[in-house]
Amino acid sequence: MKQLLVFIKKEFYHVFRDRRTLLIMFGLPIVQIILFGFALSSEVKNIHLVIADYSKDVKSQKLINKIMTSEYLLVEQVNLNYQEIEQEFKRGEVKGALIIPVNFSSDLLHSGKSQIQVITDGSDPNISKTITNYLTAIIVDFQQQEALSDQVPALLSIQPEVRMLFNEEGNGSLNFIPGVMALILMIICTALTSVSVVKEKEMGTMEVLLVSPFKPVFVLIAKAIPYLLLSLANFTLILLLAVFVLDVEVRGSLLLLYLESTLFIITCLSLGLLISNVTNSQQTALLISLMGMMLPTLIFTGFIMPLENMPKIFQVISNFIPSRWYYLAVKSVMLKGLGFSYVWKETLVLTGMTVGLLSIALKKFKVRL
Amino acid sequence: METVTLQNIVKTYNNGSVKAVDDVSFTVKEGELFGLIGPDGAGKTSIFRILTTVLLADKGQASVAGFDVVKDYKEIRASVGYMPGKFSLYQDLTVLENLNFFATVFGTTIEENYELIKDIYDQIKPFNNRRAGKLSGGMKQKLALCCALIHKPKVLLLDEPTTGVDVVSRKEFWEMLKTLKRQGITILVSTPYMDEATLCERIALIQDGKIMTVDAPENIMKAYPTKLYAARSREIYRLLLDYRSDEAIESSYAFGEYLHITLHNKVHDGLSKLNEIAEKKGHVEIQVKEIKATIEDSFIRLMGEKEAKV
Amino acid sequence: MDQEKVIICKNLTKRFGDFTAVNEISFDITKGEIFGFLGANGAGKTTAMRILCGLSFPTSGEATVAGYDVYKQQEQIKKNIGYMSQKFSLYENLTILENIEFFGGVYGLERKEIKRRTEKLIDTLGLQKEAKKMVGELPLGWKQKLAFSVAIFHQPKIVFLDEPTGGVDPVTRRQFWDMIYEAAASGITIFVTTHYMDEAEYCNRISVMVDGKVEALDSPRNLKEKHQVTTMDEVFYLLARGAKRSDN
Repeated sequence: MKQLLVFIKKEFYHVFRDRRTLLIMFGLPIVQIILFGFALSSEVKNIHLVIADYSKDVKSQKLINKIMTSEYLLVEQVNLNYQEIEQEFKRGEVKGALIIPVNFSSDLLHSGKSQIQVITDGSDPNISKTITNYLTAIIVDFQQQEALSDQVPALLSIQPEVRMLFNEEGNGSLNFIPGVMALILMIICTALTSVSVVKEKEMGTMEVLLVSPFKPVFVLIAKAIPYLLLSLANFTLILLLAVFVLDVEVRGSLLLLYLESTLFIITCLSLGLLISNVTNSQQTALLISLMGMMLPTLIFTGFIMPLENMPKIFQVISNFIPSRWYYLAVKSVMLKGLGFSYVWKETLVLTGMTVGLLSIALKKFKVRL
Repeated sequence: METVTLQNIVKTYNNGSVKAVDDVSFTVKEGELFGLIGPDGAGKTSIFRILTTVLLADKGQASVAGFDVVKDYKEIRASVGYMPGKFSLYQDLTVLENLNFFATVFGTTIEENYELIKDIYDQIKPFNNRRAGKLSGGMKQKLALCCALIHKPKVLLLDEPTTGVDVVSRKEFWEMLKTLKRQGITILVSTPYMDEATLCERIALIQDGKIMTVDAPENIMKAYPTKLYAARSREIYRLLLDYRSDEAIESSYAFGEYLHITLHNKVHDGLSKLNEIAEKKGHVEIQVKEIKATIEDSFIRLMGEKEAKV
Repeated sequence: MDQEKVIICKNLTKRFGDFTAVNEISFDITKGEIFGFLGANGAGKTTAMRILCGLSFPTSGEATVAGYDVYKQQEQIKKNIGYMSQKFSLYENLTILENIEFFGGVYGLERKEIKRRTEKLIDTLGLQKEAKKMVGELPLGWKQKLAFSVAIFHQPKIVFLDEPTGGVDPVTRRQFWDMIYEAAASGITIFVTTHYMDEAEYCNRISVMVDGKVEALDSPRNLKEKHQVTTMDEVFYLLARGAKRSDN
C-alpha cells in the first residue's frame, strides 16, 4: 500500500513539474469554454435577414418597419420571390427569411388569424433558434400594438410557421457545455494517461519497474488515480466557468452530475491505459488519443452536429462512443434537471463500457516487454 | 555455485526472420564480475531482458540466483538489481526523490541498505535536491547504480552502463563495480568497448547473436593462435595498403598508432619480412615489433573465423 | 601534404549567459589532415563543432572554415562541408539510392552528376544488390559506412564526423577508418570526435578539450611522450581528470 502511495505521489510530481501537462490540463478547459462560449453564443447581433412581402400593404409594411428597427436583425432585401430567397441562402450570408403571404392583412382582419413563414439556415442551429426567437418576439409585440390601435379582437394571432432548413430539429445553444465537458475529460484522461505510461516505457523506467517486486497492475492503478483526481478538479473548473462566466444554471442534482462524470472519467482512463498497452512511443499514444478519441467525440457526440441528421451508419457508430452517452446524461441532469430515473440507461451503457475496456486493458497489460 | 546460467537460449524477432540471440549458453559464478562484450545489435540487450524476465526466449533455459526465468519470474524480480541500457531515471524528480521512490518500490528504505550504496551515494549527495535531468552523464550513472542497488540485490545486471560516457567517468564506474564485487555481489555487465574487457574476471565475446568464446580475458588473449606484429612508418595509411597487397601477409589492420599484422604460417622470421616489405616500398621511420594480442585482436580474429565458417 | 589551412580558429569563444561553453580556443587544421577532436562530456566539443559547421555564431574570436568566415559566410561554409553523426545518418525508410539522390540534390548537384557518382559509389561499396533496399534493413556497420559516403558525396573540403563509430564492431570500425584514410588521401580534411581512444591514435593530430579550453594539441605520439604514458587513454585521463564541469 505504501508503495502505491509513493507511486501516486510521484505521478503528481510529474504533472506539477511539467508546464506543458499543466497547460493542457487547466488551460484547455478555459480556452475551450471561452471559445465555445462566445463563438456559439446565443447573443448574436446583425443577423442578415431577407424579407419577401407578397402582401404589400400597410400592415405588412408596418411589420417590416418594426423588424428593421431591431438591433439584432439586419434586413438586407425586401421583396424577393421564393427562388431568389433560396439563392440568397445558398450564398450563405443570409441566415433567415421572412415570408409574408398575399392575404396576410385580409386574413388578419377577417378571421383574426394569419400566417407568416420564417425560414432559417439550420446548419447554424444556434443562429436559427435565435432568429426564430427574435422574430417571434417582434411579431408578438406587433400583434399587441395592432390589437390596441385597430381595436381588432385581442384574440387575434399571427402564427409564425417556423422551418429550419438543413437542421429541422434544431439544437439548443447551451448544449455545448456538456459537449465541452465530454471533450475535455476525454482528451485529458485518455491522452495524458496513455502518454504518461508510454513515457515510462520510453525512458526505460518501465523495465525497472517490471523487474521489481512492485505488482505490474499497480502501475496501472497508480497511473489512473492521480488522473482521476485531477480530472475531477478539472471538471469542477469547467463547471465553475460555466456557471459564473457563462451563466449556465445547473438544474439537476450536483451529486448525480459528479457521479456521472466520475464514471465517464473512469471510462476514459481505461481507454487511455488500453492505448498505452498497445503503443510504445509517446507520439503514437498522443496521436491515437487525439485523432482516435477527439474526432469521434466531436462528431458523434451530437453537440456540434445533430446526430439525427447523420446517415444511419453514423448513428449506429455513435452508440459505441462513450462520450455520446455521457453527453446525454449531463444534458439531462445539468440542463434539464432530470433525476437518475431518466439517465439510468446512459449510466448503464457507460458502466458496461468501463467494465469492458478496463478488463481488456488489464488483460492486455503485459508483465513482460 | 552458478548464479546465472543460460542454456541454448534462442530469441528471434519479426516471426523468426531476425535472430537476435542464437543458441547462447554461458554461466556466471557466484560473486563473479562477468562481462558480455560485443557491438550494438549483437544481442546483448535481448539476453539481459531474458534474464530479467521481461522477455521470453523462444528456446532454451535460463536461471538467475537459482530461479527459473519463466516459472519463478516473481522471485527473480525481487532479487536482481537491473540497469537497462537506455535507463535514465525520472528526469523531473530530484536525486533524493528518485532514490526514495525506487527504495519504496522495492519495499525498502534508503537507510536499510545504506552501507551498500554509501560510497557511491556520497558522491551525489551534495546534489540531493537537483533534478535527475540536470545531472551530468557520470552522475546520472551513479544515481542509476544506487537505485539498482537500493534493495541489496544478489545479482546486478547492467546493460551497457558506460556507453556514451567519457573516459574519466567510465574509469570511476569500473572502480565502483570492483568495490561492489568485493561485497559479494554477482555482476553481469555488457559493453561495446573492448578495452573494458580486461576489467572483468571472465568475459563472453558476442557477435551477431552468437557467443564466440567465454573465458578469462588473459586466457582469451593467450589463446591467440598466431604471432601478432605491430608496425608503423611515417605514412601509416600507405603502409597499411602496401602490407595488404603483399602475399605473405594474412591480415593487416589499423590499431592505435600501429598497424597490427598477422602472417601466413609459412613465413618464419616475421620481423625481418615486415621490415623488408616496408623498405622495399620506400617507407621511412619503420618500426616493427612482435606484440601480445589484445581482446580486440582476439575479437577481430574470432569474427573472421566465424565468417569463414559461414 | 600541402600546407593550405582549411580551418583556422583564433580565440574562438561562445558564451551562454554567464556560462562560457567554449573558451578562447585556437587551432589550425591543414588540408587532408585527420584531426581528432576529443573532450570529456560537456567540455564544449559539440558547441565548438556547431560553430565550425555554420550552425551557430561565436560570441567572440575569429574562425574561417574552408576559407569562409563563420560570422558572415555560414551558407558558403555549409556548401563546402560534409557532416555525419551517430544519431542522424540517413533516412531509414528510403532506399539507398533514394538517400543518395536526396542528399546529392540537397547539395545542388546536377542530376547527371548524381547518377554518375551514385553508380561509382554503389560499385566501390559493393552494394549493387542492396541498392533498392531500405536503409533501415542494413546492418549498423553498413549504414555508417554508407552515411560517410553520403557525407562526402558532394566532395566537400572538410567532413565533420561526430562519434561516427559508436557501438560498431571492431572489424567494421576498421573498414570505416579505411574509408576515412582514403578520403583524407584524396584531400578531404577530416574533423572527427570519438569516445574510442585507440581511434584517437589514427588521427594525425588531436586536441583535448577540458572545461571549454583546448588543454592539449599535438600528434598522439608527442602527447604520449610528453605525459610519459603508453596509451592515449592515459593521456586523456590525465588531462580530463581535473574537469570541473560535465554535460547538461
